Amino acid sequence: MGLQNGYFRPTSVDEALDHLAANDLTIAAGCTDLFPATEQKTLGGPVLDISGITALRGFRKNETGITIGATTTWSDLIAAPLPSAFGGLKLAAREVGARQIQNRGTLAGNLCNASPAADGVPPLLTLDAQVVLASKAGRRVMPLADFLIGPRQTARRADELLEGVHIPASALMGDGQFLKLGARKYLVISIAMVAARLVIADGVVAEAALAIGACGPVAARLPKAEAALVGQPMDPGLINASHLQGYLAPIDDMRADAAYRTTVATELVQRILGRFAESRSA
Amino acid sequence: MTRVIVAGKHHRLASPPGRRLSEVLRDELDLKSVKVGCDAGDCGACTVLVDGQQVCACLIPIAQVDGATIETLDADDDAVKQKLQDAFLDHGAAQCGICTPGMMMAAVELLRTNAVPSRGEVETALAGVLCRCTGYAKIVDAVMGLSPRAEQAGDHAVGVSLRRVDGQAKVDGTEQFGADVGPADALLVRAVRAPYFHAAFTLGDIDAWASAQSGIEAVLTARDIPGQNRFGVIPPLADQPALAERVARYLGEPVALVVGTKDAVEAIDLSEFPVEWNPLAHTTTEAEARDGALLHTDRPENELICGRVVRGAPEEALKQATFVAEGEFQTAYVEHAYIEPEAGLAWMDQDTLVIHVCTQAPVMDRDDTALVLGLAPDKVRIVPTAAGGGFGAKLDLSVQPLIGLAAIVTGKPCRMVFSRNESMRASTKRHPGTMRAAIGADADGHVVAMRFDGDFNTGAYASWGPTVATRVPVHATGPYRTPNYHAEAHALHTNGPTSGAFRGFGVPQAAIMQETLYDDLAQLCGIDRLAFRRQNAFRDGDVTATGQTLTSVGMIECLDALRPHWADALQRADQHDAPHTRRGVGIASCWYGCGNTSLANPSTIRIGITPDGRLVLHQGATDIGQGANTVIAQIAADALGLPVDRFQLIGPDTHLTPDCGKTSASRQTFITGRAAEAAGAALRDTILRQTNFSDAAELRLDGGTLSVRDGSKVQKIDLGAPNKFGYALMAEETYDPPTSTLDENGQGTPYALYGYGAQIAEVEVDLTLGTTRVLRMVAAHDVGRAINPLLAEGQIEGGIAQGLGLALMEEFLPGRTENLHDYLIPTVGDMPQITSILIEKPDPNGPMGARGLGEHVLIPTAPAILNGIRHATGARLTKAPALPHRVLAAIQAAKETAP
Ligand SMILES: Cc1cc2nc3c(=O)[nH]c(=O)nc-3n(C[C@H](O)[C@H](O)[C@H](O)COP(=O)(O)OP(=O)(O)OC[C@H]3O[C@@H](n4cnc5c(N)ncnc54)[C@H](O)[C@@H]3O)c2cc1C
Ligand code: FES
Ligand code: FES
Repeated sequence: MGLQNGYFRPTSVDEALDHLAANDLTIAAGCTDLFPATEQKTLGGPVLDISGITALRGFRKNETGITIGATTTWSDLIAAPLPSAFGGLKLAAREVGARQIQNRGTLAGNLCNASPAADGVPPLLTLDAQVVLASKAGRRVMPLADFLIGPRQTARRADELLEGVHIPASALMGDGQFLKLGARKYLVISIAMVAARLVIADGVVAEAALAIGACGPVAARLPKAEAALVGQPMDPGLINASHLQGYLAPIDDMRADAAYRTTVATELVQRILGRFAESRSA
Repeated sequence: MTRVIVAGKHHRLASPPGRRLSEVLRDELDLKSVKVGCDAGDCGACTVLVDGQQVCACLIPIAQVDGATIETLDADDDAVKQKLQDAFLDHGAAQCGICTPGMMMAAVELLRTNAVPSRGEVETALAGVLCRCTGYAKIVDAVMGLSPRAEQAGDHAVGVSLRRVDGQAKVDGTEQFGADVGPADALLVRAVRAPYFHAAFTLGDIDAWASAQSGIEAVLTARDIPGQNRFGVIPPLADQPALAERVARYLGEPVALVVGTKDAVEAIDLSEFPVEWNPLAHTTTEAEARDGALLHTDRPENELICGRVVRGAPEEALKQATFVAEGEFQTAYVEHAYIEPEAGLAWMDQDTLVIHVCTQAPVMDRDDTALVLGLAPDKVRIVPTAAGGGFGAKLDLSVQPLIGLAAIVTGKPCRMVFSRNESMRASTKRHPGTMRAAIGADADGHVVAMRFDGDFNTGAYASWGPTVATRVPVHATGPYRTPNYHAEAHALHTNGPTSGAFRGFGVPQAAIMQETLYDDLAQLCGIDRLAFRRQNAFRDGDVTATGQTLTSVGMIECLDALRPHWADALQRADQHDAPHTRRGVGIASCWYGCGNTSLANPSTIRIGITPDGRLVLHQGATDIGQGANTVIAQIAADALGLPVDRFQLIGPDTHLTPDCGKTSASRQTFITGRAAEAAGAALRDTILRQTNFSDAAELRLDGGTLSVRDGSKVQKIDLGAPNKFGYALMAEETYDPPTSTLDENGQGTPYALYGYGAQIAEVEVDLTLGTTRVLRMVAAHDVGRAINPLLAEGQIEGGIAQGLGLALMEEFLPGRTENLHDYLIPTVGDMPQITSILIEKPDPNGPMGARGLGEHVLIPTAPAILNGIRHATGARLTKAPALPHRVLAAIQAAKETAP
């Protein structure tokens, strides 16, 4: 579909990039962030709707890793056969909103919307995710951690499309977990959430990736805590509040106060690690 | 052009590609079963299937469904849908019905791939659809396909769990709510609203602005209001303008209306409306209220009213009490969060203004709208649509005077549909309360005295603040003997949203205070918490704090019914052994007077039989989901002696049906029920008088023929000529409960009857995260006579859901939480398992012994949960809701003060 009332719905990436080069456009994917942000009954334009680009949906695997296409939905993620390193991302997908949201909302939209409470970010950080940004000028790949600058701020240029999220082969090892804390069971924005990916060999932690969200302007990896785990037998007790210090900058909001977030952050990290301890003993 | 397939038919859509699918389905394809509750993905009312997958139609630009197959509830083209509809009726799974289409479509997606889902699978599938009425249990039961609960009427209708008489339209998607009526080309009305809590304003050059827009038919301000620009549910205190004049007193107060064609008005950016704002200092909490600038100059210290009840010598008795528990408790603004935002349509029928609107109080709407618009009341006709929930806030005017004004000025049908944000800004809330109390007991654990003082934030306008201020002191003892008592409740104005009526009129807040202190006292006295309540509970012959002697009190029966559950729950809590969590059990009771406090509030019921033998019930009690249509018909049927299914219902249209008052104060089953009982009996008398048969005679109405049989004798009744209402035979009866006014110490008989109940909550608290899960609730309520046990259970489950929200998650922060993702109400996953026990201790004043129930059910829930948290953790909360960070702080505080 071409231009109609300032609404573009291309079927190929090249076409999309042409439009982006020529116009200042709002990119629309699942619209589960875009529509709630307005009371208008019609999406404000001009709009570049990328949902018709079939090439952007799904997973591509090669020797460098796995790339998740931009329009891949949460439901796609839940249904896809993926290595267990993606366990955390899959759990996060199941906890995004409810089925209606999972059926439409995309992982890329979650990243570009750049909410500090975006559930997709912590698991992707533990997967060393990189984003692929495409424009007429070419492609650039950057770590997700660099892409997310602040609340609702990303490093994306206006003429760029987030084409996919790449998980390098080096991060496909181990098991992933995700733990979300909210004030109700479903349809809830996280008060805080943590993700972990661990490689445990012979009972000893060989590799550890931990990340926390909604406890600062952007979700963050927890390198001190990771370092404390590596080389040790798996034991959640290895982590205490000091390992998180410097990586949290929570605020008071209607969901919780900052002091609470600081307190529960350590607890959540310990609990998610506890799951690895459990699954090992089980 | 977008093409879609709906119910096997191909459609080409003319709407723009970026338009919300929900709008296009409703407007362009006239599929009105698709409801819009939020336009933000939060409520799920718009859930439809796109290529078999459930989605929120409000979040999809139609370009994205090009070529897709879309399924809504409108077409009954599917066996799964058909079965679900029956199941919903058989389980009482639809109350107001606004969430029902979305629920069903979510369920269809599940059932197509999983015909026998588990409870957990159903919950996950329905998690995206909110229901504010049912507490979800009956919906989940229906989707799981559990065996039907509804029964057929036998010789009698009363006492039978009949399906709702108005249920079919709710389950097949044809029910018409406020936004569903009227012609597609009705003009659209939008309000320009204040962006400040308190601001003076000057209107600019409106004419110039209007002529620069296209499609505008009128711009209306306070100047255009022909009548008295000041309304209120309690006429002597009327203080609210339909459109503000010079100063706006709350965030979102309307100051102007823009009326025009739908497309034009929808597209207007109202932030560019010519009005200059001059923000003024404002207050939003009861703590600031007394020192704030006066909102209404004739109300010193911003006090709207103070309610007071005094009995005995409370201070003396507190001094002499062996044990005294004291404390303070603070509750938040709570939003009604019905899934249907306010909506209506107005048009001129010659010289009569007709307003179709979702409402709880049609006759009050008529009178207040007439006053504002300078019309005689009989020139305004209110035709209530189905109401998608109300819970108290649809007692107040919302769109009525605004669309009425627009219709008068333009002479055309005018529609207004609040957005979710607008609804949450403009509608009333539950009063936040800061309460302080002390209760004393003697050495044996008998309560001897109570002192209660509450400040209630009544917001910008009076609304139902006076009712809260009078109800609270009457009820703050709880259903317990309290010989010495002093209670005051102050309704204080602030620039927060107007607080009004919300299920319980302040009593749920006061119950939290009182029941918290009862746990303190039980502990001090060393008595089991249920036993402590039982020994203090009202019994027949006891005298209330207002000096009223009670009869037929079911408190002991309720508490005794809970006893075995209490013991089991305590044992389970004791045995619970898990790393992070503790379990606890809490209990609380309720009592609540049915009907207006010390004020006349009659209901009139008319029943007629037309010359051609149709039996018609004019049922003026608006059914907002609670089931009045069914319950009143059941009572009328048994009083008359004809089956319920013979009745044709005419609803609370103010031109067709006598006044049954407002649907509030748990009064309809009682008061309208009494009127229905009387009208049924009177019509029966009239019929029997045409025979010489005994009262035991049996009536029959078959194929338009009315006959009476007494033993072997049968007589056909001659129906004769119609009266001015069109009825050959007719009875009309009024009932007004006997009450007396309260004196300056609050002494008197405020209510003719009360309902009673008690609930147990079993909770699990996470000690390091502060989160609470309610696992089980057992609720015992004395309903006098369960007219329809299934509907009564539905009220209990729905009340518990709202009480749970009040206890754990609901906190409306003005200016910050005007949506359903920051303001959280319970989802299907937050509900406990609920056991309802209906106690039937007949009240001589009630119809066939029945009492009201609608508000009672949510009163004990929050205190029972909070007491459960305390039992589990020692954390004594002083502020609701018990958000995780508050619970965690209270747990830590309890640890620090523990010996
Ligand atoms: C009821 C409800 C519940 C929700 N619950 C959760 C939750 O639990 N956790 C959570 O994290 N989120 C939640 N969300 C938010 C939302 O669903 C997710 O962030 C979702 O993943 C967004 O994806 P989308 O495709 O719908 O994004 P869109 O709304 O289409 O777009 C979001 C933003 O990203 C931009 N964008 C999208 N795709 C691209 C691209 N490929 N390149 C460049 N820019 C792009 C858009 O321009 C826009 O600014 C919820 C939303 C709703 C309505
Ligand atoms: S209207 Fe679509 S989710 Fe509420
Ligand atoms: S029945 Fe679900 S919202 Fe009313």
